[in-house]
Amino acid sequence: MATYPQNFRFGEFVGSLIWLIFWILIIVTLVGLPLIFIVLFYVPLPPVGDQVLTPYLFLTMVVDPSRTIPIIQNLMTTDLFRVAMFPGFSYAALIAALTIFIERKFLAKMQLRIGPLYAGKIEGIFQLIADGLKLIAKEIIVPSGADKPMFWAAPIMFVSTAAGVVALIPVAPGYVVANIDVGLLAVFAILGFFPLIALLFSWASNSKYPFIGGLRALHQMIAFEIPFILSALSVVILSGTLNLTGIVDSQINSYWFIFFLPISAFVFYISSLAELERIPFDLPEAESEIVAGWLTETSGMIYGLLQLGSYVKTYALAALFVVLFLGGWAGPMIFPEHIQTPIINIGPLYNQQAANGTLWFTLKTFGMIMLMLLPRGISPRIRIDILLHTGWYKMIVLSFINIFVSLALIYGGILGPGGLLVR
Amino acid sequence: MTSLEDKFEESKKLGLQIVKESEEDRLMTLSIGPQHPGSGHFRFTIKVDGDYIVYCDPDPGYVHRGEEKMCEYRNVIQNIPHLERPVIHDSNNITYSYSLAVEELVGIQVPRRGQYIRALASELNRQVYTLYWLAIYGIFLGHSTMFMWPTGDRELFIDLLEALTGARVTHAFNIPGGVRNDVPDGFKDRCLRQLRYFQKRLKEYEDIFYNMPLFRQRTEGVGVLSKEDAVRLGVTGSVVRASGIPYDIRKAEPYDIYNEIDFKVQYMKSCDCFARSYVPFLDMQESCHIIEQLLDKMPQSGEVRAKLQPNPKGPPGEAYRRVESGRGALGYYIVSDGTPKPYRVKISVGSFRNMLALPYLLVGQKLADMPAVYWSLNYWPVEADR
Repeated sequence: MATYPQNFRFGEFVGSLIWLIFWILIIVTLVGLPLIFIVLFYVPLPPVGDQVLTPYLFLTMVVDPSRTIPIIQNLMTTDLFRVAMFPGFSYAALIAALTIFIERKFLAKMQLRIGPLYAGKIEGIFQLIADGLKLIAKEIIVPSGADKPMFWAAPIMFVSTAAGVVALIPVAPGYVVANIDVGLLAVFAILGFFPLIALLFSWASNSKYPFIGGLRALHQMIAFEIPFILSALSVVILSGTLNLTGIVDSQINSYWFIFFLPISAFVFYISSLAELERIPFDLPEAESEIVAGWLTETSGMIYGLLQLGSYVKTYALAALFVVLFLGGWAGPMIFPEHIQTPIINIGPLYNQQAANGTLWFTLKTFGMIMLMLLPRGISPRIRIDILLHTGWYKMIVLSFINIFVSLALIYGGILGPGGLLVR
Repeated sequence: MTSLEDKFEESKKLGLQIVKESEEDRLMTLSIGPQHPGSGHFRFTIKVDGDYIVYCDPDPGYVHRGEEKMCEYRNVIQNIPHLERPVIHDSNNITYSYSLAVEELVGIQVPRRGQYIRALASELNRQVYTLYWLAIYGIFLGHSTMFMWPTGDRELFIDLLEALTGARVTHAFNIPGGVRNDVPDGFKDRCLRQLRYFQKRLKEYEDIFYNMPLFRQRTEGVGVLSKEDAVRLGVTGSVVRASGIPYDIRKAEPYDIYNEIDFKVQYMKSCDCFARSYVPFLDMQESCHIIEQLLDKMPQSGEVRAKLQPNPKGPPGEAYRRVESGRGALGYYIVSDGTPKPYRVKISVGSFRNMLALPYLLVGQKLADMPAVYWSLNYWPVEADR
C-alpha cells in the first residue's frame, strides 16, 4: 500500500532537490573551497601512500578524480577506516537507522496503520532525521538529586559498549576490526557490561520507577546470560575455536550450524530478545507498570543515545546469530572477478570476496533483525516470575540438550577434524 | 471459598499484609496516577514489598464535575448533553436509563419503533465502548497490535452511529419520549455488512490475543474474585459475570423491548483476570446477534418519538430505572417536586462499584499484575467521578 501525501507533486519534489543541489554548489564554491585551500597552505600534511599531499596534488585530484583512487585504497587498509567506517561503527549505525525505519513501517503494516508518512515526502523516509533533530534540539533535564557524572556518562558508555560488540563481528573475509582468538568470549565479556550500565544509570536517576526498572534489567539480563553462553558453547564445540572468523570458516567447510543445532539457535534467539529488552521481554521499560522503566528520567539526546545504543546492539546480536548459526558471509558468488568502470576506474578498490561476503552478510542480518522485530507485533509482555522461570530453568535445559548433540556429532566422527560432513 | 477476612488472614500469614512498624522502610510507596501511563484519570497508591503489592488505596475524584448538582439547574431535556459527558464512548447507555426514569416520572409511552432504535443505538454504542476498553487492555499488557486493531474497528460502529445520530461520539440521541431522528435509508444493509466483517475480525482477535500463551500465562489465575466476594462487594457487569453469576439487567429486569430479543447471558466460572477480560469479548459477539435481531424485528414505519410539552413535568414523585451499560448496571434515581427541573438526581454507575474491588484484588499480587487486574475491572475513571 503505497501512500503519498495528498498534495504531493513529483515535479515540485524534483524542483526542490534541484534547488538544494544549487545551494550546496554555491556554498561549496564560496566557502568550502577557500577553506580547504587555507588549510592546505598553512597546515603541514602527512604523506598519504607514497606521495605527499600538496596543494598541487589536490588540484590535480579535483580535475582528475581517478588520482584519488590510490589514496582511498591506502586509506582502506588503515585501522581508522575499519573502526570508524566499514566493519565498524558507521556501518552498524547505518544498519541501526535502517532498522528503526523498517521497524516502524513493518509494525504499521501489521497493525493496519500507515506509519511515518510526511517527513521526506515519500513514505516518511526522513522521519529518523526529523526525530534526531528534535532530540538534539530538546533540553536535557537532569533530575535534582541525580548523580550527575554517572547520569551523563551512562548513555555514552551504553553506545560505546554496543560499538565494542560490533568491533568483534567479522562482516567479510578479512573485514573485522579486532580479529582476536577469543572473539566469542570477548563478546560475552562486553555484553556483561549492559546490566551494570542499566543499574548504574537507574541508580543515578534517583527515582523510584527507574530503580525498579534497573533491578528488573539486572535480573533479566543475568537470567538469560547463562543460556546465552551455553547455546553458543555448542557452536564452539562443533567448530573447535572461539575465533569468530574461524567459526564462519568451519561452517563454510561443512554446513551451517543451524541445521545441526536448531534448539541452540532458538535459545540464542530468545536470549538475545531478552538481552535487547524487546517485547515480550521489555519488562525494564514496561510502560503501564513503571512508566518507562530505567529510561524514565531521560530526555533529549540522552534518550537518543540510549536508543541508538540499543539498536546498534540489535544489529550486533543479529550479526552474531548470523556468524554463529547462519554461516556468516557464506553464500553463492554472484559478483564478477574484476570490474572496470568508465571514466573513473574503481577497479583497484574492488574486492570480489569482500563485496560478495558483505552482501550475503547484510541480507542475512536484515532477515534476522526482521525476525527480532516480529514479536513486537504479536506478543504481550511477560511477567518477571515467568521470565525468570523461563531463563533459569527451561532455556538452560534446552541449551544442555544441544551441547550433548554437538558432543555426539564430534565423537561420532560426523563433524570435527576429518569428519564425514567436512568438505 | 474464602471470604475476604480469610483472605486477609491468609495474606498476613504469608507475611504480605502485615508489616511491623520497624520493617516499614522495606516498603516502597508507588503513586500510580493521575499522570502515570497505566492509570487514567485516577490515582491509587500502592506499597510494594519486593515485587508484591501489600497495600492499595484508590483515590478517585480527579474528574469530578458535579453532574448530579448540574441536573438540578436545568430542565429534563437540557440535562441530556451534559449527562453523557462522563462516558462519551457509551453515551447512548448513560442517557438511556435517564430517559427511562424521566418517562416514568412524566408518564410518557415511547412508540415501538422508537424503542427498537433506542436499543439498536445502545447495542452499537456498547460495541464502541467495549472495543475501546479492549484496546486499552491490550496496550496495558504491552500488546500494541491489540491496541491498534480494536481502535481501528471501532470506526465501523462510530460510522454507523454517525449515520444514525449525526455525531461520532456524544450523540445526545436518547431523549425522554424516544429518539431524536429516524433511521436513515439503507442503514440496515450497511449495518449487516459491517457486522459480518466485524464477526470475522473477532475471530482474529481471539487468535492473536486471547489464545496467545503469554497472555494466558499473565491472566489465568491472577486476581481471583470469588463468587461470594463478588456478591459481597457488589460488583456489576462483566466483572460479576466473570465470577460465575449470570446477572444481566437486560435479562433480569428487561426494559423496553429486550424481553422480545433472544440472547444468552455470557458468563464464566474461572473468576480470574482472564474471565474478566474474556466476558466483554463474549458480550460483543452476543451484541452482534442482538443487533441482527433488532434490525429484523424493527417495525417498518411509525413514530420514533412521543410528543412532549416544551417543559415536560410530571406530578411530584420519584423514579429509579437502570440499564445494562458497557460497565454494568447504570441507574438513575430522580426525585421530582412537580417543577420542570428535577429536585434531585442520583447516578449509580457500574465503574464505581467495580473500582471498590480493586484493593481486595491487588493485595498479594505482583507489581506486573497491577495493570492486568486494574483494567480487567472494566472501570472508567471519568464515569466513576461523575
